[in-house]
Amino acid sequence: MSAAAIGKDLLGLAHLSAEQITLILDTAVPFKEISERAIKKVPTLRGMTIVNLFFEASTRTRISFEFAEKRLSADTVNVAVSGSSVSKGETLVDTARNLEAMKIDMVVIRHPSSGAARFLADRIQSNVINAGDGTHEHPTQGLLDLLTLRERFGSLTGLRVCLCGDVLHSRVARSNLWGLQKLGAEVGVCGPRSLLPNAIDELGVRVFSRIEEAIEWAQALNILRLQLERMQAGYIPSLREYNRVFGVTRERLDRAPRDIVIMHPGPMNRGVEIDSDVADGPHSVILEQVTNGVAVRMAVLYLLAGGRPELAEAAKG
Amino acid sequence: MPAPANLLNAAAIARTVRRMAEEIVELFDGTDGLILVGIQRRGVQLAQRIAAVIEATEGVAVPRGALDITLYRDDLQTVGPRPLVGKTDLPWAIDGKRLVIVDDVLHTGRTIRAALDELADFGRPARIALAVLVDRGGRELPIHADVVGKTVELPPEGRVDVQVLDLDGVDAVLVSRGSEG
Repeated sequence: MSAAAIGKDLLGLAHLSAEQITLILDTAVPFKEISERAIKKVPTLRGMTIVNLFFEASTRTRISFEFAEKRLSADTVNVAVSGSSVSKGETLVDTARNLEAMKIDMVVIRHPSSGAARFLADRIQSNVINAGDGTHEHPTQGLLDLLTLRERFGSLTGLRVCLCGDVLHSRVARSNLWGLQKLGAEVGVCGPRSLLPNAIDELGVRVFSRIEEAIEWAQALNILRLQLERMQAGYIPSLREYNRVFGVTRERLDRAPRDIVIMHPGPMNRGVEIDSDVADGPHSVILEQVTNGVAVRMAVLYLLAGGRPELAEAAKG
Repeated sequence: MPAPANLLNAAAIARTVRRMAEEIVELFDGTDGLILVGIQRRGVQLAQRIAAVIEATEGVAVPRGALDITLYRDDLQTVGPRPLVGKTDLPWAIDGKRLVIVDDVLHTGRTIRAALDELADFGRPARIALAVLVDRGGRELPIHADVVGKTVELPPEGRVDVQVLDLDGVDAVLVSRGSEG
């Protein structure tokens, strides 16, 4: 299997060029049409086997990948940690090697440890797609966010996008940051200092400590979930306090100098980082993000499965 | 390698397209239920021209669609796809309709097989015909065209390049016979 276009694996957006990111986004556009058809299926990956290896609970990402795989006619196997050999102490590599010995073609991995996808990709032949590793990257979420913004604004060049909330624990934030900057957007971050990485200022982003300032500056807010499960102690005084100071509310948006596109990778803590009337309001593109997620993942699967244009052109008949 | 020969120039293409439009109307004994489906990208351009001729001569607008067969190719595992997938746009219900697939060059027949597979995912037309500007021979599947603009026999290494004004800035069909000259 060859994958000259974007490489053997998709591990993050940090190592992709602007051209590669744009190729994925451009490829995703026609894939949206397939999901609109009565028969939502094309034979492109027929005969390929893809394993969704999820070491963390995930509903929307796993289902989105599964839809993408099935709409491309791949055979899919879902492996969750609970009930698998992992719970008996098997290592990540042993799990993957055993799966690979069953002649699989791709692995989609979600893992709580940063770098797990890279670790796996370096040790198996199958294509590896990172579906979120620790607090590192979640590249397909970043790509679907980029696609959603590009659809709304036409271009990302010069676009002002602010990532709001728990940037410290967010793999989505990192993928967004790399992707947005590579495509020419200006990136801001906004949240309590305790939830921003220490060196965030060195990444070429604007740092806002007040949500009102972020709303005044930005054309789009990507509101990140407070990852309560990752917060063992004391990052914020209370959820109510967080909502009072950093919550994106209708009242705050009403004072914005322009219409602001509202994004959220989900799942949302309604009434904490985002109020329901914002999440369900006219500026929200949250459901468009979900739709675009399937198309982006189809595009990534397609590009990893092939991508030798010179030979394909010669074979055209 | 010798320079490609000009098989059809702009005027010859225009004449050929007019004749193909007449043959399609003749083949279907009219335009009732007729839909032209161009294969991306130059087939789409040709379908537009054929539709314009039919509209001018028959006084009816013929619905058109576009088909991108990239995702239906049978060679992804061996040669890989062209990275960028084109747009399939079939806004018309095709059940019971009479479809004409329009493409620029007919060679191995694999593109047409893919197009037939894709159309089957959209519905069940009453009939499907095939119209191509150039049939260059070399079929690998039992597929033939119902309407052919120009026939030329080329060796496997030969090449036909159809150029259309909107995409290439010129209307021309160039033929090279490959290393055999």
